[in-house]
Amino acid sequence: MARDLVRRLWSWEGLLLILLLVTLAYNVTRVTNFLTVSNQINLFQLGIEKAIVILAMAFVIISGEIDLSVASMMGLSAGVAAALFESGAPMPVAILVALGVGAGFGLLNGYFVAVVGLSSLAVTLAGYVGFRGLARLLVQDRSVGGFPDWFTNLGQRGMVGPLTLSIFIFAILAIVATVTLHFSGFGRLTYVIGNSAAVARFSGVSVARTKMVIFTISGLVSALAGVLMAARLGAVRASTAEGFELDIITVVLLGGVSIFGGVGSMIGVLLSTYLVLNLRNGLVIAGITGNTQTGIIGLLLILSVLLPNLAGRVRERLRRRQSDPSMRAPPADLSETARSQTAPG
Amino acid sequence: MTDTILRRVRPEQFREVILLIVTVGLLGFFASQIPNYFDPRSVNRLTTGLAIPLVVAVGQVLVVITRNIDLSVSSIVGLSAYMVGTLLTRTDGLSPLAALAVAMSIGLVLGAINGLIVAYGGVPAVIATLGTLALYRVVLVEFSGARTVTTADLPDWLNDVPSATVVAAGGYDLRLMVGIALVVVILGQLTLRYLPFGRRLYAIGSNPEAARIAGLPAKRDVFTAFVICGTLSGLAGFMFLVRFGNITVTAAQGLELQVVAAVVVGGVNIFGGSGSMIGALLGVLLIETLQQSLLRWAGVSEFVKDAILGLLILIAVTADTIILSRLREMWVRVRRRDKAQAQERAQVVATGEGEMVHGA
Repeated sequence: MARDLVRRLWSWEGLLLILLLVTLAYNVTRVTNFLTVSNQINLFQLGIEKAIVILAMAFVIISGEIDLSVASMMGLSAGVAAALFESGAPMPVAILVALGVGAGFGLLNGYFVAVVGLSSLAVTLAGYVGFRGLARLLVQDRSVGGFPDWFTNLGQRGMVGPLTLSIFIFAILAIVATVTLHFSGFGRLTYVIGNSAAVARFSGVSVARTKMVIFTISGLVSALAGVLMAARLGAVRASTAEGFELDIITVVLLGGVSIFGGVGSMIGVLLSTYLVLNLRNGLVIAGITGNTQTGIIGLLLILSVLLPNLAGRVRERLRRRQSDPSMRAPPADLSETARSQTAPG
Repeated sequence: MTDTILRRVRPEQFREVILLIVTVGLLGFFASQIPNYFDPRSVNRLTTGLAIPLVVAVGQVLVVITRNIDLSVSSIVGLSAYMVGTLLTRTDGLSPLAALAVAMSIGLVLGAINGLIVAYGGVPAVIATLGTLALYRVVLVEFSGARTVTTADLPDWLNDVPSATVVAAGGYDLRLMVGIALVVVILGQLTLRYLPFGRRLYAIGSNPEAARIAGLPAKRDVFTAFVICGTLSGLAGFMFLVRFGNITVTAAQGLELQVVAAVVVGGVNIFGGSGSMIGALLGVLLIETLQQSLLRWAGVSEFVKDAILGLLILIAVTADTIILSRLREMWVRVRRRDKAQAQERAQVVATGEGEMVHGA
């Protein structure tokens, strides 16, 4: 019983839970009323757009790819909506076009990755530069605002009590993402492809189609997050959401998703989302500014891949020593394959 | 006809030729659009602009050939520029060479951190250097306390360096900084081509598994590539300080994208295993020309710059995958056929039958 508990806590999610409790404890002792409902909602509200994109990014990384273009896509969709509104289009139309642009470019990313067979790193790096470039072209160095009241209210006022539309959307998407990833055929396909695209192809799985769907969703969800951000801030600049990809990818990897694909759970990702929101809040309390926070997130990003790697290597070495004491130095190739297969948690 | 060409030119060289043609065409186009395009002043400005991205690109090529990437270069450039700038404002009589050495040492240490995390920690390079890109920049922000290094505080010799000229002909100067950059490119090319270390980088990049099984010190070499990349970024940081004088905490931000774009456009395969310094040189030239010329070309907003950069990366990578892989196949086929024919001919001679077999 006790041993079982210990083992459970040793899993990656358990580690996250401990980290979360420590951070929460710190925040609670430093700030009165930290755990009140309104404060917790406020906490979510400040990072809600990132949290939404994180859900889609989990699918991308579990399928063995990466999407560096999400933050630029958020900026582009916000820019498209703002520019259209500015030139006289009704706001609902502007929003729909922005979402369409997101889905379209997401599909394009997916096409180049899945059909043409380019590395997603290169394709989405092009998107990272290119989408931001298009946003600059649309918004230039202005700040576009003056949106209709109903639109900014969506982002800023609570719909039910203090809960804003963004929080509702996040909650619904989180449930949909969890169910899809863990209880649907599509989710299983995502894991299979992430473990080995070749195996998936030989098993008759349409790898290309699945990847294209994932990238399209990633683009669409990023565009949605961009529009929501425009509503919350009430103004759009070309630099909207710049640098968000760092946070988004960090949270997903910290949540126990393997950067090599095929491993991870939505529970872990949600836990790490909440952890990072709390961490940022705690850093603010401790008087650490935005820039330094970014550095800490960067460090967290590296550690969230480095630590499982090192832990896996140590575990492998211990196990080999136990099973075969004559074998002193493990051959390099074995530890290497073990590393790429070791899953955090 | 195509066979004869294929016998003489490697597919990778095709790419460099195409790139050269595109760049020359672009120069011709802008010359017809912008008055006085080739007057000494603007040419000098263009070539001076090449120096910094070129030095960083040489390091980046080494890293990308091993199937890795270094996104943190811009933060290394900014950090070393700022630190050496501060050092120069605080200590009198620091010699230029000492300042240069400090800048390169800073780059070396930061590059070594990247190398450790990637080569020995097993963290994918994108993740590791995306992290250090943020981390090094924060070190700079913390270190600076949001102050700016200004030209006025820097020693006088520093202001003379940017206009120092190696050779001048009819108003066209070869600036010292450009000269240094070209020397770095040549050294880089020689390393890739003739040193065992350079050859190993290709082997590691084209098949890491095979390289390790063959007993190549893959981890050490990847580590070294990152260290060199960091050191060169430190050198570029020194050049940045010399060129601009005023160093803010955002110095060189975004340079990593320009360099990665240049390297990829220059035909260095993002999957590792192929590419050359000459290609990277052409890539830097193409992108710098495009960016500077667009700024001067009336009727184009400066905001179009990034959109074009993104498009260029995509075109380059797609062209590499689609066109080059086809060319490579053709090249291999011709080679194989030639070899088979040569063998057949040798057999015919050996068995003493006088008749020659006709080539296809």
